[in-house]
Amino acid sequence: MFRFKHLVAAAAAASLLTAPAQAQELTGTLKKIKDTGSITIGHREASIPFSYLDDKQQPVGYAMDLCMKVVDAVKAELKMPNLKVALQPVTSANRIPLLQNGTIDIECGSTTNSVERQKQVAFGPTYFVINVSAVVKKASGIKTMTELNGKAISTTSGTTAVPLLKKYEKTANIDVKEIYGKDHAESMQLLTTDRVSAFVMDDILLAGQVANQPNPGDYVIFSESLRTEPYGMMLRREDPQFKALVDRAVGAVYKSGEIEKIFSKWFASAIPPRGVNLNFQITPAIREAFKNPNDRGVQ
Amino acid sequence: MNYHWNWGVFFQETPEGGTFYWEILLSGLGWTLAVSVVAWLIAMIAGSVIGTMRTTQSHWLTAIGHCWVELFRNIPLLVQMFLWYFVIPEFVPPLKRWMVSTEPVYAQFISAVLCLGLFTSARIAEQVRAGIQSLPRGQHLAGMALGLTPLQTYRHILLPEAFRIIIPPLTSETMNLIKNSSIALTIGLAELTFRARELGEYTFSFFEAFTAATLVYIIIAMSANRVMARVERRVAVPGLIAMGGK
Repeated sequence: MFRFKHLVAAAAAASLLTAPAQAQELTGTLKKIKDTGSITIGHREASIPFSYLDDKQQPVGYAMDLCMKVVDAVKAELKMPNLKVALQPVTSANRIPLLQNGTIDIECGSTTNSVERQKQVAFGPTYFVINVSAVVKKASGIKTMTELNGKAISTTSGTTAVPLLKKYEKTANIDVKEIYGKDHAESMQLLTTDRVSAFVMDDILLAGQVANQPNPGDYVIFSESLRTEPYGMMLRREDPQFKALVDRAVGAVYKSGEIEKIFSKWFASAIPPRGVNLNFQITPAIREAFKNPNDRGVQ
Repeated sequence: MNYHWNWGVFFQETPEGGTFYWEILLSGLGWTLAVSVVAWLIAMIAGSVIGTMRTTQSHWLTAIGHCWVELFRNIPLLVQMFLWYFVIPEFVPPLKRWMVSTEPVYAQFISAVLCLGLFTSARIAEQVRAGIQSLPRGQHLAGMALGLTPLQTYRHILLPEAFRIIIPPLTSETMNLIKNSSIALTIGLAELTFRARELGEYTFSFFEAFTAATLVYIIIAMSANRVMARVERRVAVPGLIAMGGK
């Protein structure tokens, strides 16, 4: 017992001595987390299955699981096992300002990593690659984008789908009438109530909306793609310490193969709130992102 | 806060090409003004009629006026906007057919104008009623003694006096209406706030976008305020209302 006490004392003394040496001066987000004793995660409310509210109104999802890995890494790095984790819902329109003004420290949702956005924020490693596509009612008989000529379509305002669609209209020489929903659920509602013929958005988000309809079989998502886009966690710019930690934490999940389990948990099994299965397999583009973690943005 | 201010963003081209960001903000301003002006007309006309109805002797007219005010005043504006655009067409098939076939912006504009106009009419009705009821009873009786019909009494005596009294609160309502028009973005109408959000989302220059929108709203609301103040001075009848120490 006596020896043990000695050991503890020695260890404590050693850690006191070495702590200042090994932890270089904290800066940016890590310093903020250390000072306030809490980290705030920005999450979405309806970005199924990345980040959304389950039947208990708790934010869950694929991106949330990965975010929690980052939180674990922060706890280990700062030696703060009791770190408080605060959750803050965000929307496509307010996620950037809330990150920039320090309300949230990291955003875990369905945010496209683009070169334009990188001028304002930084991104963690790409964790998903989507196709921008459209969903229609099967009964409409519409099978391709060009058949949408002259029809009304919905899309969610403030998303990258809007300029893409406008560009596509110009190049394909078609003319559609856009109606903007303020969130994905509202854009989907425009389709379910026949106010529009199609809903243009990221394919996986469309799959999420369809899966939550009472009759998912009535809808079909085009395989046609307007563009592929990488998703990543959003971080503040010029914050190398935190960025390195996020890259390390997410990279470790990719390397260990644990990502496969997390991926299939959200994309290939029954998920809350209704126990639907999205049946979405890892695409080659996503496989590549896991193999070579990167934060390259789309043009 | 290390924020990268980028005021040049307004002169960048939008992602779809061919237009600049200041142009889309300007088109947003156009819709904000269009919605505000039309909704204001609806609000003033309906509000005046309903407010006057509530001061009459008729049981029925007061009851209708009362229901109108409570209906439009007690439902949050955001909910009303949703009801007008999404819910009501589901119950009126011809309306829905029209909404699906026409340009989406017409359906959005009409929903927004009706919603804002009727919501504000309930508030204006209360002010008109308060204005009429603040007049001495003698005004009404004098009208009757002169042999005027009730309609003539309202037209020539009560309403002209009441409206002069309520110009200040009407100014506030006008300014509120202009600011409330931003709620139309929830049904996808591309007004000023919608465009500011769009600019922010594409360029991530949210602070610049909303600073510009804020300034524009202040300018419009202040202009409305100045116009109303001018109207107030122009129509003032010396001695009719205590001029607040002037």
